[in-house]
Amino acid sequence: MMKSLISIHDFSKDEMLYVLQRAAEFEKNPSQSLLAGKVVGSIFFEPSTRTRLSFETAANRLGARVVGFSDVKNTSVSKGETLKDTIKMVANYVDLIVLRHPLEGSARYAAEVANVPVVNAGDGANQHPSQTLLDLYSIQKTQGRLDNIHITMVGDLKYGRTVHSLLQALSLFNARFKFIAPPELQMPAEYKTYLRGKGLAFEEHTDLIRNIGDADILYMTRVQQERFQDPIEYEKVKNSYSLKKSMLAKAKPTMKILHPLPRVNEIDAGVDDTPHAYYFEQARNGMFTRMAIIAYLLQGAR
Amino acid sequence: MTNEKEFKVTAIKDGTVIDHVPSKQLFKVIEILGLENYANQITFGMNLESKKLGNKAIIKIADLFFEDDDINRIALIAPQAKLNIIRNYKVVEKRSVTIPEIITGIAKCVNPHCITNHQPVETRFLAQSSDNGLLLTCCYCEKTTDSQTLRIITKEES
Ligand SMILES: [Zn+2]
Repeated sequence: MMKSLISIHDFSKDEMLYVLQRAAEFEKNPSQSLLAGKVVGSIFFEPSTRTRLSFETAANRLGARVVGFSDVKNTSVSKGETLKDTIKMVANYVDLIVLRHPLEGSARYAAEVANVPVVNAGDGANQHPSQTLLDLYSIQKTQGRLDNIHITMVGDLKYGRTVHSLLQALSLFNARFKFIAPPELQMPAEYKTYLRGKGLAFEEHTDLIRNIGDADILYMTRVQQERFQDPIEYEKVKNSYSLKKSMLAKAKPTMKILHPLPRVNEIDAGVDDTPHAYYFEQARNGMFTRMAIIAYLLQGAR
Repeated sequence: MTNEKEFKVTAIKDGTVIDHVPSKQLFKVIEILGLENYANQITFGMNLESKKLGNKAIIKIADLFFEDDDINRIALIAPQAKLNIIRNYKVVEKRSVTIPEIITGIAKCVNPHCITNHQPVETRFLAQSSDNGLLLTCCYCEKTTDSQTLRIITKEES
């Protein structure tokens, strides 16, 4: 089978480091026609403008052309075509598929039926590995290293797939974790078991402000109202996990705030002009990381 | 007493006796093996005394011999099952079932958002035993199904 990127586990530590190194090269020189003549299929079964633009720009900057659809209205999919048939059809035309689909496991299945590499751009609540790689790239770029990072993860740690994948990736680099979440949205037991099995330290707290001082990275996530049965509970949580400029007084000077975006009110606009804010650059890093992923899957390591 | 004893000694000339099946799993075992599709003579008994299980079922199938891959399909629900291979009224071989590392198309994924529960995709799991019994990790959605949430795909569903 072709090499695909479906889950962060599909890449070894060496492959991750290689992709980060390529991403840095693309950042220095963002327009390289390495893939002139190639066609990338951008197949989005649900709208995600941010992710789609990032991937499509990455493909364009590599000199590839992009075909595809950005939602399923007016396609044969809305007439009940199976994912298998759609993927088989698209794989006939393109050299690589970028897939976003609401069902979990859809990307793995697509990689099994396609004869071209597949990049998972999000399969429901399951995996979104390019997000994890761009997070690693942002951490490496701002901290000058990936090893022994102190990371504080904040907000929805129960359903947030980005924090789960990032946790697994950073566990390869001896990270120290702090989990800050309301009782309803704590890190699931399986990930804590995973860290214990690797002998990695973690702490759990419900209080944000006292756990900023020792962090290299503050990883904020969106707390969504639909996770709460009681709307009053949501209102309380929403405010106590919202980051404000005044809370950063004790932060390390080199501490950076990451957020997968879009944000709602987890980060107050007042934080944006502090030297800690990094979420907009993080999104830009995503494009270079996706260039590196596409180039690696189509051309291998050079 | 006599009935039970009679059943136990009812011999088949050639074939397979599946012993130590938990009684409540008997019909599932029959279904997983697809025995209703065979014309062979099949006898079974359930709620028989067993030192190991307390209560067991037994299935005797004349003139049928299973491949390991087929018989291991029942390991998910009858891990202690024993096979006696009969030739000319004698037990010529005894086999245990082993849980395959990869389990294809027998169990349902517990995750309602999994692709296998929405599209015609055969399920596939990585099997692992743990302190809490068998754990099946879906090769697609990566969620784990345990023995409490395990559901076997029935003939009509597959
Ligand atoms: Zn599944």
